[in-house]
Amino acid sequence: MRIFDPHIHMTSRTTDDYEAMRAVGVRAVVEPSFWLGQPRTSPASFLDYFDALLGWEPFRAAQYGIAHHCTLALNPKEANDPRCLPVLDELPRYLVKDRVVAVGEIGYDSMTPAEDTALAAQLQLAAAHELPALVHTPHRDKLAGLRRTLDVVRESALPMDRVLVDHLNETTVKEAKDGGCWLGFSVYPDTKMDEERMVAVLKSYGMEKVLVNSAADWGRSDPLKTRRVGDAMLAAGFTEDDVDQVLWRNPVAFYGLSGRLVLDVEDTGAGATHEGNSILRGAPATPAEPGSGARGSEVAPAAGA
Amino acid sequence: MSSTSGTSGTSGTSGTSGTSGTSGTSGPSRDRAGDDTGLPAPAGLRAELDARLGEAARAWLARALDGAAARPGGHGPVSPWELRVAEAGRRCGPEHADAARVLLLHAARADAGTLARVYRQGTADERRAVLKALPHLVPGPEALPLVEDALRTNDTRLVAAAVGPYAARHLDAHNWRHAVLKCLFTGVGVDAVADLARRARADAELARMLADYAAERTAAGRPVPGDLHRVLALTEPTATPHGKES
Repeated sequence: MRIFDPHIHMTSRTTDDYEAMRAVGVRAVVEPSFWLGQPRTSPASFLDYFDALLGWEPFRAAQYGIAHHCTLALNPKEANDPRCLPVLDELPRYLVKDRVVAVGEIGYDSMTPAEDTALAAQLQLAAAHELPALVHTPHRDKLAGLRRTLDVVRESALPMDRVLVDHLNETTVKEAKDGGCWLGFSVYPDTKMDEERMVAVLKSYGMEKVLVNSAADWGRSDPLKTRRVGDAMLAAGFTEDDVDQVLWRNPVAFYGLSGRLVLDVEDTGAGATHEGNSILRGAPATPAEPGSGARGSEVAPAAGA
Repeated sequence: MSSTSGTSGTSGTSGTSGTSGTSGTSGPSRDRAGDDTGLPAPAGLRAELDARLGEAARAWLARALDGAAARPGGHGPVSPWELRVAEAGRRCGPEHADAARVLLLHAARADAGTLARVYRQGTADERRAVLKALPHLVPGPEALPLVEDALRTNDTRLVAAAVGPYAARHLDAHNWRHAVLKCLFTGVGVDAVADLARRARADAELARMLADYAAERTAAGRPVPGDLHRVLALTEPTATPHGKES
């Protein structure tokens, strides 16, 4: 099973997670920029974060044979903090970078006028940079938030079929699907969707334009939820090809709209295996080489989209 | 969807050292360049790259280089040629991005100040290209802060690019020794270290650091990197360089 997690915040995860993800079939991830839990107080904090998503994090992922891309934006929550707003002026120079495959996460948190402004401005940035957009739907007042989101997208220069609306559930999937956008579902241990409900949604609404992610971050979440969904699909009678469509081909197709998706994972080699100075800190005396042995034997298949 | 190049991974899983992306900087290239910059001279690099690029990428590169040469200065917050540097990976393919970026920096006649800006505003891939361009573009030590920045990272691709000919020429003895040790720590092959034999020769302090590191590894029951013994041999006052470093 080859898996593309189209929404996961690896900055908040450990190298153990990368190793476990690789072991269950994850070969590619997209990391959207988001709120770090602790509010930022200046644009410079965003810039260091963006630089990490374009530097250190792809390197870390490559150690485990996982292709890493990102989406960049001012997130909805911090769009309400005037101290953070100037990052919008810095975004254009980041949106031209290789490996940036969408503008995101954008959308609504509390549906304030400031969020309206930031959402509209960043949809315009996406259109101007020929990038698709990843739009988060709010946790509170979700259906109203979805409707307002779709209205803003319709008024924007970005076509609906270049927009992935995420964190959908049973109450929002129909209107999102009717709207013509790509449909994202986050599968969590307690909140958002779970595996069985995800399978039920797939049975009811089909697999077209559906993406499933773990959205794993610093909260209670599980970076292996994509695999769990694949297993639940197979148990429910979906075919291997169905699973491949949802967990690989659909995210490849959506983020491929950027023209910047590169899925041959660069091998950074067996380096960085020594203690004290590496991301494989604490490696055993006989270190297992990333990308070799059992894990490395499953070479990522072709994108095929 | 030709741009989602999931099938082109020839460079993908074959590397075994921590120095991927630096294969063009070791021994043979230097001989070809006829200087000590670690890369073919720009004209040769251009010809080599053109030969490997597809038609669309070659045309893009030609336009980008012409633009950089014609308008190297600033135009608004970001010069157009700097945008070309940013997008070189998807235009030329990741495996050719370093060479394309080095050529762009050269075409724009980027000085130390410009290189510092491109580095500061760059992704890890762009930063690596700036490091590789330093020996061509900066005659003096003023770009050393970029090398030192890269050596502080744990990204082996940046570390490998940082220990090229520019570092060999300008890095002081203390920082150079730590750079060599860092290569051994992080698994960057010492083939990446430019001018290793000349700088290592009769360096008793480096020899001491290497011996201490070997002792620490041995005490922990861990293997000593094979490159360590090779560098240690080079620290002998009478060491004769290997062919690769000559």
